[in-house]
Amino acid sequence: MDYATLLQVLDSTIRLATPLLLACLAGLYSERAGIFDIGLEGKMLAAAFLSAAIAFVTGSVWLGLLAGIAASMALSLIHGLASITFRGNQLISGVAINFLASGLTVLIAQAWFAQGGRTPSLSGAGRFSPWEWPFSEAIIPVPLVGPLYSELISGHTAIVYLALMMVPVSWYVLFRTRFGLRLRAVGENPAAVDTAGVSVVGLRFAAVAICGVLCGIAGAYLATSLQAGFVKEMTAGRGYIALAALIFAKWRPWYALYACLLFGFLQAVALRFQNLDLGLFVVPVEFMDALPYILTVVILAGFVGKAIPPRAGGEPYVKER
Amino acid sequence: MDRIPNWADVLLVPLISLVLAAILSAVVILAIGENPVEALGYMVEGALGSTYGWGYTLYYATNFAFTGLAVAIAFHASLFNIGGEGQATLGGLGVALVCLALPWPHWALALPAAVIGGAAFGAAWAAIPAYLQAKRGSHIVITTIMFNYIAFALIIYLLNNGLKPVGQMESSSARFPEGTNLPTLHEMLGAIGIPFSQAPPVNISLFLALAAAYGVWLLLWRTPLGFEIRAFGKSEPAGKYAGISSFKIIMITMLISGGLAGLMAINTVMGEAERLVNNSVQNAGFIGIAVALMGRSHPLGILLAALLFGFLVQGGAELAFWTSIPTELIIVIQALVILFTGALDNMVRMPVEALFRARGRAEKAKSVAAE
Amino acid sequence: MTAPAIEPAIELKGISKAFGPVQANKDISISVQPGTIHGIIGENGAGKSTLMSILYGFYKADAGEIFIRGQKTLIPDSQAAIAAGIGMVFQHFKLVENFTVLENIILGAEDGALLTPSLAKARKLLKELADDYGLNVDPDALVENLSVGYQQRIEILKALYRQADILILDEPTGVLTPAEADQLFRILGRLREEGKTIILITHKLREIMDITDTVSVMRRGEMTATVKTSETSPTELAELMVGRKVLLRVDKKPATPGAPVLKVENLRVVDSKGVERVKGINFEVRAGEILGLAGVAGNGQSELLEVLGGYRTAEGLIVMNNEEIDLTGAKSDGQSRRSRGIAHVPEDRQREGLIMDFMAWENTAFGYHKDERYRKGVLADNVGIRADTAEKMERFDVRPPNPKLAAKNFSGGNQQKIVLAREIERNPDLLLVGQPTRGVDIGAIEFIHQQIVALRDQGKAILLVSVELDEILSLSDRIAVMFDGHIMGERLPDETDEKELGLLMAGVTPDANPAAAE
Repeated sequence: MDYATLLQVLDSTIRLATPLLLACLAGLYSERAGIFDIGLEGKMLAAAFLSAAIAFVTGSVWLGLLAGIAASMALSLIHGLASITFRGNQLISGVAINFLASGLTVLIAQAWFAQGGRTPSLSGAGRFSPWEWPFSEAIIPVPLVGPLYSELISGHTAIVYLALMMVPVSWYVLFRTRFGLRLRAVGENPAAVDTAGVSVVGLRFAAVAICGVLCGIAGAYLATSLQAGFVKEMTAGRGYIALAALIFAKWRPWYALYACLLFGFLQAVALRFQNLDLGLFVVPVEFMDALPYILTVVILAGFVGKAIPPRAGGEPYVKER
Repeated sequence: MDRIPNWADVLLVPLISLVLAAILSAVVILAIGENPVEALGYMVEGALGSTYGWGYTLYYATNFAFTGLAVAIAFHASLFNIGGEGQATLGGLGVALVCLALPWPHWALALPAAVIGGAAFGAAWAAIPAYLQAKRGSHIVITTIMFNYIAFALIIYLLNNGLKPVGQMESSSARFPEGTNLPTLHEMLGAIGIPFSQAPPVNISLFLALAAAYGVWLLLWRTPLGFEIRAFGKSEPAGKYAGISSFKIIMITMLISGGLAGLMAINTVMGEAERLVNNSVQNAGFIGIAVALMGRSHPLGILLAALLFGFLVQGGAELAFWTSIPTELIIVIQALVILFTGALDNMVRMPVEALFRARGRAEKAKSVAAE
Repeated sequence: MTAPAIEPAIELKGISKAFGPVQANKDISISVQPGTIHGIIGENGAGKSTLMSILYGFYKADAGEIFIRGQKTLIPDSQAAIAAGIGMVFQHFKLVENFTVLENIILGAEDGALLTPSLAKARKLLKELADDYGLNVDPDALVENLSVGYQQRIEILKALYRQADILILDEPTGVLTPAEADQLFRILGRLREEGKTIILITHKLREIMDITDTVSVMRRGEMTATVKTSETSPTELAELMVGRKVLLRVDKKPATPGAPVLKVENLRVVDSKGVERVKGINFEVRAGEILGLAGVAGNGQSELLEVLGGYRTAEGLIVMNNEEIDLTGAKSDGQSRRSRGIAHVPEDRQREGLIMDFMAWENTAFGYHKDERYRKGVLADNVGIRADTAEKMERFDVRPPNPKLAAKNFSGGNQQKIVLAREIERNPDLLLVGQPTRGVDIGAIEFIHQQIVALRDQGKAILLVSVELDEILSLSDRIAVMFDGHIMGERLPDETDEKELGLLMAGVTPDANPAAAE
């Protein structure tokens, strides 16, 4: 593999890791607060559709982004209602949300655009355009650093940089603010938060809302940045990969970045090489596809460092003593 | 403290949930500019108006009965098996391997072997998550989801490498030998002089599903093992007191659950496609969750719910054919059913309970006043 | 009671609280002077914790008023309690285990949106508190790595950090070693010196005598007395606490004990948290006798029953019918115990003894569902089980005698009869009975007692664990008292009385030999 190819693969790693990272951080807020969320996939899908639809109709990708966030938030609200207010099963609620998004997106896309469940292609201001960094053209001739700068660091869309920014921001919010302390506490022992006079319900709804915003951005990125428009089932299991990354990262922001980059890299390699010839043997593309899930099961099994989820995760809080 | 009567729990609450789901579905249809009443008309006509429609409805219902039973038996042990999709996928592989292994002379010989193959592969796919849950406490919901995706990748790989006959472009296995072709309902009913449409793929698997439902009922309510499964699911501390091994119950229940999901492949792979194709499960594993919730995890309820969902899928396909409403409407309806009967159960239940409490109080007050 | 010279720190007037048909608190009034330690003593279920939960805003009282420092105060939630200067140390700590001490302390009482300044401030204050009260804790240690004693200190520090001047401690020594308990009392003493008001909920007489200034006794939801500690004695308190109940005397012939059925030697039980709950006990139960094991809940009796019932591992030796029993859990479980002639009526029938959603007939087969007599080939003989259940219900006078009614729909007494019928009718060599009449109405108590005695008269061995002293006294042929994992002593029912047993249960040896009490 030459340097140019490597850079291309890494470049596409970053682009493919971005939606994973946003969804993974979304799940991180929710699960850190004790609300399991297997509906990341659905929220991203809904956001992808509505952002593409609104971006097409208004011609503004920023309005599209807002619409995507709104769609994802609406599903978050359902999840919060089911799992916090009515103390329902968080997993079943997540399954329902995934179905809901999967059906509604195509249904509405067909009703609005009649193109077989897709939105028309976006172009111009309907998509996020890449940010070229200063001197990115001029620096290309510089060996090694030049292409690295202009290919890999410069030239991504705003959301890519936003997603990367969200890692330190999330770390700071979770571990350096009052809100973060309470959020983590409510996922570990809601009774401790409750007896300290802080609202468990309020905190959990806040976490679910943040999850909605981030999933919304992730979905909008898929339809308006990575691709140019919405197509049926375009999330293609990314919500579940993000979930896997979250477990792989043991519910920590920086590890989430590494896990998502790893899983993004696997996707990039699979895209680029199909079957990867390692000389001794050929790694089939299907194995690369399955690797995130296999790695997650290994982590879950506790063979390579135990992944301990937030202790109160999945349990509705019932006041008792 | 006051409980709602049994009939309300079993019938009223699911019925209200269903009505809520139906109302919202109607709103969705209205919102996309179509007429819900007309839409229902197309669905009923398309799914139940002819033996052709019935044939497809029953074909889908057969799938959902298997996956619904799979989810339900796990529910009884307090396990959420969300991996029906992957287990059914692997079941398809098992069925295909059996069917391709021998030049089967007659379906009556091939069917029992394929049943074993499908069930064994489905069970095997459930065994690892079950073991990890029982021994290492790995959350079975997450592991079964992961195993779904591992299964999809595995099947695609196998279809492209090994199962696909040399020279074939399409990624599917070879056609199964003639001797594995299952009798369709058309043939079976025709033999006793009842005319039934030839087109739909509904086949003898329908009766296998009925037998499976009966078997699950027998197991859960008529055997000591089923007793242990239900007792463990209701109360783990009580199970410990009675000497019920959690490891044994988790393993056995999940093996049965995976096996049932795997059996679905008899209907789709052996009965319909007659070869292994990619994505043969088509969401039936997930729909099983809705079916189990709707059917209150009781085999009879599951059969009824499976029929309902069979009707929805077939009716939805007809609807898409005659109108501009895509089949995805059915996915929305499924989602709403899962939402209301599963996640938002308390939202429906709490007002019903309050109603019965109020009625109870009123009656008490009346009887006090009468004294 | 003397007239208050100054405004009481806390005054409760006419507090009542009912949970469904159970009256947990009945018209309770107390008044606690500032700068004192007030004890509330009573048996389990006497309503102490409910009362304190009302004070901390967890429950809303049905009636009554709360005055804090003379001000009528409404406490709808914990936040209001904290604002009123009340801090609570719960029996089960409300700590986030993987947080540091400092993080736990500031949780909910942070100083601004950013943590760093809050933590710095808390660190400084913590040091001051540590100096003032002798509450030394490493502020950066993770809670899960600390011993229970230290965890409790964090709970106290949490309250002090919130500037509580009224501190409620609910059974604080239940989880502590004696040394840790002594330290806690020293800390409480210091807090009193600094003018804090402390309410100590406990069932241990010695603690009350050692540390409190005044004490209230609760029994069955009522406050039976409030006295100055210096003007009372353990004996009087024991009497007030246990009450002079009308003894439900059971007609029984003198026992004719036979050979030992169960022998327990040097049995030790360590729980999942690594705490030793049973600390090397020895006893035996003979055929045709009832050994009553008295003691306040939480002193190792439950663990003992679970070991004998086959679902908790232990070290030591248990011999049943001259055969050693496996205690490692490798070769035994609840079912193998049953096959060796041990039947078990567990302490908590709703959690363990019954499946509340199952019907009466299913519960009758529960634990014995693999028995030949309940089967027809591989299938369960449901018709047979139902007939058997109907018969048992008839004989044990279960009302309503409907085998198809779910267990949760029976009253406590009838639920217990279902369990008892199941276990006794198995004709076991040894019957383990835990709290046979907890939550059972008077009429059913008598019936249950008769059944147990009848089984004894058939020559069976019975181990009775109960926190009800009069039950122990009226049923047992021999009485052992358990305290803190030890057997404090054995007595014959005719040669002892409630006073003496009450003291033993509280860890006090009334003999000339006080060393045995540790």
